[in-house]
Amino acid sequence: MAVHWHSFFFWLMAIMACGFALAVVFSNNIVRMAFYLILSLGAVSGLFFLAGADFLGAMQLMIYVGGTVVLLVFGVMLTARRPWVDMQTSGGQWVLAAVVGALLLAVLLQTAFSVPPWQSSAAAAGALPPAAEPTAGPLGLAMVGVRVERMADRPAAESSSGLAGYLLPFEIVSVHLVVVLVGAAYLARARRRLSAAAPARPLEEAPQ
Amino acid sequence: MVDFLAQYLGSVWLAGTLWALVQVVLVLTVVMISVAFFTWLERKESARIQDRLGPTRVGGRFGWLQPVADGLKLLMKEDLIPAAADRVLFRAAPYVSFCAAFTVFVALPVASGWVALRLDAGVFFVLAVAGLEVLGVVLAGYASGSKWSLFGAMREAAQVVSYEVPLALSAVVPVMVAGSIDPVTIGDLQAGGFWNWLVFHDPFTFAAFFVYFTCAVASVNRAPFDLPEAESELVAGFMTEYSGFRWRVFFMAEYASMLAVSFLLVFLFLGAWHGPLPLVAGVYAVLGIPAGHPLAIFVAQLAGAGVFLVKGYLGVATMIWLRWTLPRLRIDQVMTMCLKYCLPLSAAMFLGAAVWLYAFPAGVTSRLLGPGAAATEAAGSPPAVAGRTALAEGER
Repeated sequence: MAVHWHSFFFWLMAIMACGFALAVVFSNNIVRMAFYLILSLGAVSGLFFLAGADFLGAMQLMIYVGGTVVLLVFGVMLTARRPWVDMQTSGGQWVLAAVVGALLLAVLLQTAFSVPPWQSSAAAAGALPPAAEPTAGPLGLAMVGVRVERMADRPAAESSSGLAGYLLPFEIVSVHLVVVLVGAAYLARARRRLSAAAPARPLEEAPQ
Repeated sequence: MVDFLAQYLGSVWLAGTLWALVQVVLVLTVVMISVAFFTWLERKESARIQDRLGPTRVGGRFGWLQPVADGLKLLMKEDLIPAAADRVLFRAAPYVSFCAAFTVFVALPVASGWVALRLDAGVFFVLAVAGLEVLGVVLAGYASGSKWSLFGAMREAAQVVSYEVPLALSAVVPVMVAGSIDPVTIGDLQAGGFWNWLVFHDPFTFAAFFVYFTCAVASVNRAPFDLPEAESELVAGFMTEYSGFRWRVFFMAEYASMLAVSFLLVFLFLGAWHGPLPLVAGVYAVLGIPAGHPLAIFVAQLAGAGVFLVKGYLGVATMIWLRWTLPRLRIDQVMTMCLKYCLPLSAAMFLGAAVWLYAFPAGVTSRLLGPGAAATEAAGSPPAVAGRTALAEGER
C-alpha cells in the first residue's frame, strides 16, 4: 500500500484551513478567534509550499500570519475591558454575513471550475506533484522587467514590449502605503492636539 | 538518495517516506542535543562570569549530564494550570513557539548541499518563520490570566515586531551583495578564506553585521533585551504561570531560536560552512587527492558541517556572554535602541552597500589597477569570488 503523500498533505492542509476558518466564525473569544485565524492562514501557506510556491508560502507566513500577531495585540489592547472578551453577534449580522459569504463562495467556485484542466477528472488523477523549481529568482527578475516565463515564446527577445515588469505596480502600491502611513500619523497627531486642548479627564473616571 | 534506497527497499514510496523520516529525525536530534548543550553552557558560562563553578557533579567532570538531570526534574514537576487561564490556549501556546523555532532548521543547510529542504527563498523563509515564535508568547501571556504575563507578552510583541524591521533590513545587505536568497548559494560564494566572508566585503556589510547581531539578540529576547521575562519587574513575564514540561518547551524554543539566528548570522556574514582558512582544499592539494572524488567531497562536507556547527555555537556562546555581562535595558531604552539607532543604521547600510556595489561591481582593486588585473584574477576563480578577494586585499 502506498500513500500518495502529496494528496494526503493536500487534504490535511485543506481540511485544517477550512476547519479553523469555521472555528474563527463560531468562536466567541477574540483571542481564540485570532489563534484559529493564524492556524487557518498557516495551513494555506502549507498549501502554497505543497504547490511548489516557496516564496509565496513564506510571504503568506510573514505578512498574513505575522500580521495577525499585530491584529491580536491590538484586539486585546483595544477591546479587553474584562479578562475574557466575548463577542456577541446578533441574528441580523449572522444573516448578512451568511449572504455575503455565500455570494463570495459562489464567485470563487465559479472561477475555480472555469479553469479548463480542472474540469476533467482524468487529468487531476494523473497529475504529478509539481517539481521544485526556483521561484524567487524569476520573481526578482520579473520585478525589474525580465519576464523569464515569457522569454521562451518570444523569439525577438531584444524588443521589450510585452515584457513589462512588476516594478511600476509595486511602486504604486508602496506609494499608497506611504500615503496611508502619513495619514495615520496625521490622524494620531490631530487627536493628541485635541485632547491637549481639552481639560484632562479626572483619573477616577478612566475606564477600567 | 531516494533512488539509492529504493534499490534495496523495492519501492520508491517506501524509500521516500523513510528518507523524509530520516531527515526529520536528524534535524530534530541535532537541534535538541544542541539545546541541551546550551542549557549546560549557560550555567557554566554564567558561573564562570560570576566567579563560581556551576554544575560539577552530575556525570563526573564538568557536570556534563546536568541537562539530563534538569530534564528529568522538570518532567516530574506538577503541571499547573491557573484557574483564571484559558485552558486551550494555555496548553497550546508553548507548542506554537516550539514549532516556529524548530521549523526554521528545515531550510538551513549545514554544509554545501546538506539540507533537509532546499528552498530557493531560504533566507526569507527563515526570517518569516523565526518571526512567528512571538505568537506563542503573546498567546501564553494572554491565556495565563495574569497581569504579569500579559505585560510580558505585550512587551514581547512590541519588541519583536519593532526589531524585525532592522533585522530584515540588515539581513538584506549581505543578500544583496551575494545576489541570492538561497542559503546554499550564499554559503558557496564565501569559499576560500575569511577574507571572502561577506562581513569583510565592504564597510557597510561590516557595520550591518553588528546591527544584525544586536537585532538578533533582541528578537530572541535575550538579555540585555529580555524585557518580556524581566524577573526583577515582572516575576517571569509571560512564563510566570508556566511550570514543569510546558515551561521547558518554552525554554527549548528560546534556545532553538538563538541557534537559528546564530546560524543565519553565520550564513549571511561569517562564511557559512567555510573555515577561516581553506584547510581541506589545501590538504587535498598537498596530498594530491582529486577534489571531485565522491569520498573527498563527503569528507569536505563533513568538515564543513563541523565548522558550521562550531560557528553557530560560538554565536550562541557570545549571546550567553552578553546576557551575563550587560545590565537589562528599560523598555523605552529598548525601543529607542531599535527605532533611533538600529533602524536608521540598517537603512543607511542598505543604501551604502547598494552604492558600493554600483561603484565597485568587480571589487576595488579592479577599478584601481585597470581591467587587466581583474581579468587575471577572474581566470582562476569565479568572478564574484575574485572580485571579493580583490576587494578584501584592497582594504588592507
